Amino acid sequence: MNSYRHWRIERDGDGLHWLYFDKAGESTNTFSTEAMTELRSIVSKLAVATGDQRPRGLVVLSAKDGGFIAGADVREFMTLTSPEEAVTLVKRGWDTFNEFAALPFPTLALIRGFCMGGGLELALACTYRIAVDEPGTRLALPEVMLGIVPGWGGMKRLPKTIGAPAALDMMLTGRTVDARRAKKLGLVDEAVPTRVMMNAARITLSNRPAPHQLGFVQGLTLWGPARKFIANQARKQTEKKARRVHYPAPYAILDIWLEQDGNPFSFPAEHPSSLRSLLASPTTRNLIRVFGLQERLKAQGKESTFAARHVHVIGAGTMGGDIAAWCALRGLKVTLQDQSADKLAPAMGRAAKLFKERLKDPRRLRDASDLLIPDIAGDGARHADVIIEAVFENLKVKEDIFAALEAKARPDAILATNTSSIPIEQIASTMRDPARLVGLHFFNPVPKMMLVEIVAGANSRPDLLAACATFVRQIDKLPLPVKSAPGFLVNRILAPYLMEAMRCVDEGIAPEIVDEAALAFGMPMGPLELADTVGLDICVAVGKMLAGSDAPEAATPVRLQQLIAAGKLGCKSGAGFYTYPGGKISKPRADPARVPAGLADRLIAPMLAAAQRALAEGIVADADLVDAGAIFGTGFAFYTGGPMHYLASRTA
Amino acid sequence: MNGQPVYVVDGARTPFLKARNQPGPFAASDLAVAAGRALLLRQNFAPDQLDEVILGCASPSPDEVNIGRVVALRLGCGLKVPGWTVMRNCASGMQAIDSALVNIREGRAQLVLAGGVDALSRAPLLYNEKMVLWFARFATAKSIGAKAAALLSLNPAQVLSPIIGIMRGLTDPVVGLMMGQTAENLAFRFEITRQEMDAFSVRSHQRVAAAQDAGNYTGEVVPLYDTKGEAFLADDGVRRDSSIENLAKLKPFFDRKFGNITAGNSSQITDGGAWLILASEQAVDKFGLPVLGRIVDTEWAGLDPAQMGLGPVHASTPLLQRNGLALNDLDAWEINEAFAAQVIACVRAWNDPAYCKEQLGLDAPLGELDQSKLNLDGGAIALGHPVGASGARIVLHLLNVLKRTGGKRGIASICIGGGQGGAMLVERP
Repeated sequence: MNSYRHWRIERDGDGLHWLYFDKAGESTNTFSTEAMTELRSIVSKLAVATGDQRPRGLVVLSAKDGGFIAGADVREFMTLTSPEEAVTLVKRGWDTFNEFAALPFPTLALIRGFCMGGGLELALACTYRIAVDEPGTRLALPEVMLGIVPGWGGMKRLPKTIGAPAALDMMLTGRTVDARRAKKLGLVDEAVPTRVMMNAARITLSNRPAPHQLGFVQGLTLWGPARKFIANQARKQTEKKARRVHYPAPYAILDIWLEQDGNPFSFPAEHPSSLRSLLASPTTRNLIRVFGLQERLKAQGKESTFAARHVHVIGAGTMGGDIAAWCALRGLKVTLQDQSADKLAPAMGRAAKLFKERLKDPRRLRDASDLLIPDIAGDGARHADVIIEAVFENLKVKEDIFAALEAKARPDAILATNTSSIPIEQIASTMRDPARLVGLHFFNPVPKMMLVEIVAGANSRPDLLAACATFVRQIDKLPLPVKSAPGFLVNRILAPYLMEAMRCVDEGIAPEIVDEAALAFGMPMGPLELADTVGLDICVAVGKMLAGSDAPEAATPVRLQQLIAAGKLGCKSGAGFYTYPGGKISKPRADPARVPAGLADRLIAPMLAAAQRALAEGIVADADLVDAGAIFGTGFAFYTGGPMHYLASRTA
Repeated sequence: MNGQPVYVVDGARTPFLKARNQPGPFAASDLAVAAGRALLLRQNFAPDQLDEVILGCASPSPDEVNIGRVVALRLGCGLKVPGWTVMRNCASGMQAIDSALVNIREGRAQLVLAGGVDALSRAPLLYNEKMVLWFARFATAKSIGAKAAALLSLNPAQVLSPIIGIMRGLTDPVVGLMMGQTAENLAFRFEITRQEMDAFSVRSHQRVAAAQDAGNYTGEVVPLYDTKGEAFLADDGVRRDSSIENLAKLKPFFDRKFGNITAGNSSQITDGGAWLILASEQAVDKFGLPVLGRIVDTEWAGLDPAQMGLGPVHASTPLLQRNGLALNDLDAWEINEAFAAQVIACVRAWNDPAYCKEQLGLDAPLGELDQSKLNLDGGAIALGHPVGASGARIVLHLLNVLKRTGGKRGIASICIGGGQGGAMLVERP
């Protein structure tokens, strides 16, 4: 029985079987075809086992440190060439888990660490679920993010386990829940500390309590008019975030649940919510491509063994303060330097707000707060492993800072600037060792923007650049290596698009109409709202820098000039292209019918052109990295797979 | 004294924040962490190179009873650096320094972070005994009927009259006097007038204001930041408009009708924390530490709790004698200003032949303490008296005063509720 490559079964003295998932050659468990086929064979044998061989109960658990099960093997999924193959793969999992659910003895999933997608679907097929209450324990059905559906029984079993509203929320957003939340939702029967996890599994299977049932009210959400009403509500919510033309998967999830009780194979192949339609859609391909791009960026961090413990940030403005707070949130000791307590205080206030939003446990909140240390004297620079300068864009000031840092910092510390417009080489020119300086370019708002550009100056040392990538991964962001050139990659692609949008406004098109055109194309935010968010002064500065310092003033859009002159710099000053009463945008509703034909193409065109030029100039290594930068740095419509991919598919 | 020399390397404290009739923005451990991490950041060594952390605190909250260990961990000293808490009421911070000193002299420790803290604005409200008994009855009531009966027996007045923890803390449990009443005793004994007390208080405010303006607290006081994005830069209890006329308007607080001690000539109820880093010779060499001064000797004394304000006289006198010093041989004195009357009483007691003979067994009085050397930058009447922190504050500030004025030796002394006094003799290198 123990002749499997990816699974191991142990039988204990009480007749309980312990089924360990231990994927060969990997640190994380994922369901490859082979792993799934093996599981199916195990299940078939156990189902008919008799006498001594018949388990009194079965515990499914992971043999890895790195979590329970991370879901399907996406890399394998990416190699599939036809929708038919993909349907077959889904069917195999669906059948296996149905057979698992029908086993004639109680089963229990012991969940410690990540439990995603197929992992949670297997857990849902168990009689009982126990989650280990650790920070790493996360449960989710994130299939929707890849443009697919939880087709291994998730759509069928999750609503019956936790009620329709919570289940749809999880499936439509891909949201993760921790062990305590899972217990509250009824997703797991128990959330237990690590020290009693084995006992909890053993005792549950020997006591065999009545399996979890939905409460009366939750049960009602699955029936009749309530079911329809809830589906409609969820559909409306989804429409606000993603349009069906671009993102069919969430709509398919709703249809499959509402009309087929979660069976993804019931719709005829030509139905828009059928598995075949979905798997054949370019969106699904492209979202899986985006997933692949993200994995590639993550892999950039694996080249170095650098491990930061202490980060020193100079400049407590929006960027510096938020970078510091983010690093503390990720568990690093951070010293934040600025000239006075009055300059540091607002950053400390913003950090407190971020910690409160992200950390529910008051002890973890306190830990993060304790890690962020205001530092007027700049004492932290002597101890830090990474020093990030994020002061205002002034060459002289930055030169002075790095000259002082060179004398003060540890010789092995990373010295980085967050500049967006001054060439690294220029800042480094007065340093004794200019090869020490690198760029770490974060985006605003730091807590939300995943991408960090790692800017290589002409002389920057390669080992430091590799260490930067590792550091960026350490703080859970996505590193993108770029060459030092005006605007690097992201601003270079973004600025022409924003300028074009502003020119449209100069021509008399209402801002909300311009934004609507971009939203209809699939951008997550309209360009004018984005400009307001970035800050109009910064838009002008970036625009000028890209145009070259001798560009005529006239190149700046008129409306933009007027707003700047009036001190309306966007969201931060309460008004820009829109107004922000109480910090929230007030935006007139845009009638899609009023959007002029071709407006979206006009807005996108300069962006596409800039992407092509950036590639030609070698700002990043290849077209995929252009796409990765555009997607994670500018939010370029995910469903397209990125600007270069979009261009290629348009010409194809 | 015996054993190794013990050096003070550096020190820092929070601004002292006056309690304003509601819990202040920082818990005691928050204050200690804020001052401690700023202090540790400017050192040549890492927090985990400390040998121990000792924190004096008179009223740690129930969730941080061993606040010394809580703070050590929060400061990033790591799991292996022990942390403990000492409590000697108003001298808890001085006791922490003395405990560090003993351990360094004994060779048990080389590098110690020691200090004191209290967040008096967060002193708890307590249930009175009747309420405690009621809770016990309610918890053991088995039936719904019994629970209902217990609920009905509850007297709303009883629920709405909690014991104010701070009033309990500031009342002597043995003689049953409030601290202010012990100061009234001293005023009576040494014939200190209301006018004299108020004048002393005005001087304290003026000296703190002048010291703030001259930057005498720079480096000693490190800013606090709250979660709302506000910075606290300086001690906020000082009143630059303080005058004898203003103070004369205040009503006596402790002996309400006929007393002399008012809120204006008493120390303020305040939140704050103060730290010093103490090091052995070996640690000074190993880490290349600067030396702010040396703790030469300590003395603790006991006296009648009803006269507790004379504690500094009882502790400092033997300290002076043991070290062959006269009152004015010292270049600076810090006597914690619990009450104006209490500091004035100390000065008078030393100059009073009868008191010196009867209470200290001296043939002749010690004489008149030169007040130009006493509390040069003001004291707790203007700064506030976060009980656990004050003892550490005056030792640190004394060293900073000596450094600034080029003085050599000084004594910091503090009166202690319950009838004790503490005194520490320090010396600049």
